[in-house]
Amino acid sequence: MSGVTMNEPLVADDAPRASRTLNRPSLPRWTPAALAAASVALGTGIGLGAGLSSRIQWGLIAVLLFIGGTYALAARVEGRRQAKDRLATSLVWVCFVLAVIPLVSLGWETISRGSKVLDGGFLSHSMAGVLTIQPGGGVYHAIIGTLEQVGIATAIAAPIGLLTAVYLVEYGRGRLAKAVTFFVDVMTGIPSIVAGLFILSFWILMLDFGYSGFAGSMALAILMMPVVVRSTEEMLKLVPNELREASLALGVPKWRTILKVVLPTAIGGIATGVMLAVARIAGESAPIVLLVFGSQLINNNPFDGAQSSLPYYIYEQWAAGNEASYDRAWAAALVLIAFVMILNLVARGIARWKAPKGGHR
Amino acid sequence: MAKRIDVSGLSAFYGSHRAIDDISMTVEPRSVTAFIGPSGCGKSTFLRTLNRMHEVTPGGRVEGKVLLDDENLYGPGVDPVSVRRTVGMVFQRPNPFPTMSIYENVAAGIRLNGGRVRKAELDAVVEKSLQGANLWKEVKDRLNKPGAGLSGGQQQRLCIARAIAVEPEVLLMDEPCSALDPISTLAIEDLIGELKERFTIVIVTHNMQQAARVSDRTAFFNLAGVGQPGKLVEIDDTERIFSNPSVQATEDYISGRFG
Repeated sequence: MSGVTMNEPLVADDAPRASRTLNRPSLPRWTPAALAAASVALGTGIGLGAGLSSRIQWGLIAVLLFIGGTYALAARVEGRRQAKDRLATSLVWVCFVLAVIPLVSLGWETISRGSKVLDGGFLSHSMAGVLTIQPGGGVYHAIIGTLEQVGIATAIAAPIGLLTAVYLVEYGRGRLAKAVTFFVDVMTGIPSIVAGLFILSFWILMLDFGYSGFAGSMALAILMMPVVVRSTEEMLKLVPNELREASLALGVPKWRTILKVVLPTAIGGIATGVMLAVARIAGESAPIVLLVFGSQLINNNPFDGAQSSLPYYIYEQWAAGNEASYDRAWAAALVLIAFVMILNLVARGIARWKAPKGGHR
Repeated sequence: MAKRIDVSGLSAFYGSHRAIDDISMTVEPRSVTAFIGPSGCGKSTFLRTLNRMHEVTPGGRVEGKVLLDDENLYGPGVDPVSVRRTVGMVFQRPNPFPTMSIYENVAAGIRLNGGRVRKAELDAVVEKSLQGANLWKEVKDRLNKPGAGLSGGQQQRLCIARAIAVEPEVLLMDEPCSALDPISTLAIEDLIGELKERFTIVIVTHNMQQAARVSDRTAFFNLAGVGQPGKLVEIDDTERIFSNPSVQATEDYISGRFG
């Protein structure tokens, strides 16, 4: 037992209670917004007045004014504890804005520049017979290439990754599981160009196959697999053990328990993970340069001959270095972003549709 | 339906740690047997050895014999999956499958076992099981709603319905009321009284009044100290255990003079 006896209250009864009111003065709810606006205005004013050329300096001044002003004002009106709270809140907001600026400017830049030549003709034509210096031409052959290469890569990597994750979570014990985990970690760190070189030396140089979309797909699959394994593993670990036991206790064999109880419970997260992995490989250009070679023409057959792909097309058009090809590069970038965005929306849709339904509805 | 369980010389291990030691007892068919005892004395572990769920835990291992009407559950060539179909289990925390509706939860045992059952037959089984679990009236109009949307007590009765839908011979219950309020507990206790007409029931409970209310026979488990294996102290008719137990430790535990 501790030295404090229970009949002696920790705070003496005759301690002054008068100062303990629960009401505190507080700033109105619009204060942070008003302070932010004022700081931006002041920052701009100081920047213009002092003739600072860099907008970054204006922004920094505004940020410092906002944070300092918030703290000073809150400390004066509300007290030190609330001031610290407001300081932390304003720092979080500043960081949020800093994180969003590149995202918004990237989206804005791509949309404004890319929409210039993006139309039905651009989406439905290849670069066949179009000189890089001419306007016109299109991205159709690259879209076909990306869809086929990414599709095949997903068809290879998703099942293997999924089954590996199932093995690691549901069966894996001891050395083999540890080794698999280790190699998956190592694979996560493989640079895409190395995956490309590996397939190049193995498939094209050693086995003597030609350039093809399929060769690129194999390299993309190598890049995709560890991402799928990792995300699926995490999702499967989130499935409560009680559900597995409930199913086993009903006399359901383990493999059926995994198939009918564990995977459906985690399917939303698994789908999201696979889609994120797809989004990641859809933007890879290095293995494509090495293995698919690139092409100006429509080639619907991923197993024979050179193809193009969206990231490769962007690279190629940018490298061509003239006004018309720059426009095409931006438009293709917009198409690529839209492709990844649509995949993400699909994944979210699947996740919401398949998510475990709980609560009262 | 309803089989006798004969346990002899049963020990269970987690890795090298012996969790329960040399337990022998008989559980009569069509009766309720309650296991009581302090936490960590191996009641739940022992319960899980009765349908081979103990070995699902990594490192779980069992020695000894469990006879279900003369058939040894741990005999060579016995499939744990078929054991679990014969000996059903209800867990401490209600655990309906979150991806499934109320109907699918009850039908899960049959559907997941791969049986091709006609819709009408399945409907009948679901209705019978839900009625058996005293849940039919409350859920019959929302069978397609998710099972996780029910209250805790209803969820636990749903789990009981799910367990009895596969027509087991024995029903094991691991503290089925410990997460429930008194009214839901009463509903489950009434249900246990009805279910013992059809099944052999074994229930683990920390609630002595509950053991006294629902069980015909009571087994008291104890352990000598932390890290020591749990042992069966005695098993007798519930009335005798609670009025005139033959071992002093049992009386101490029941009257709260323990430790």
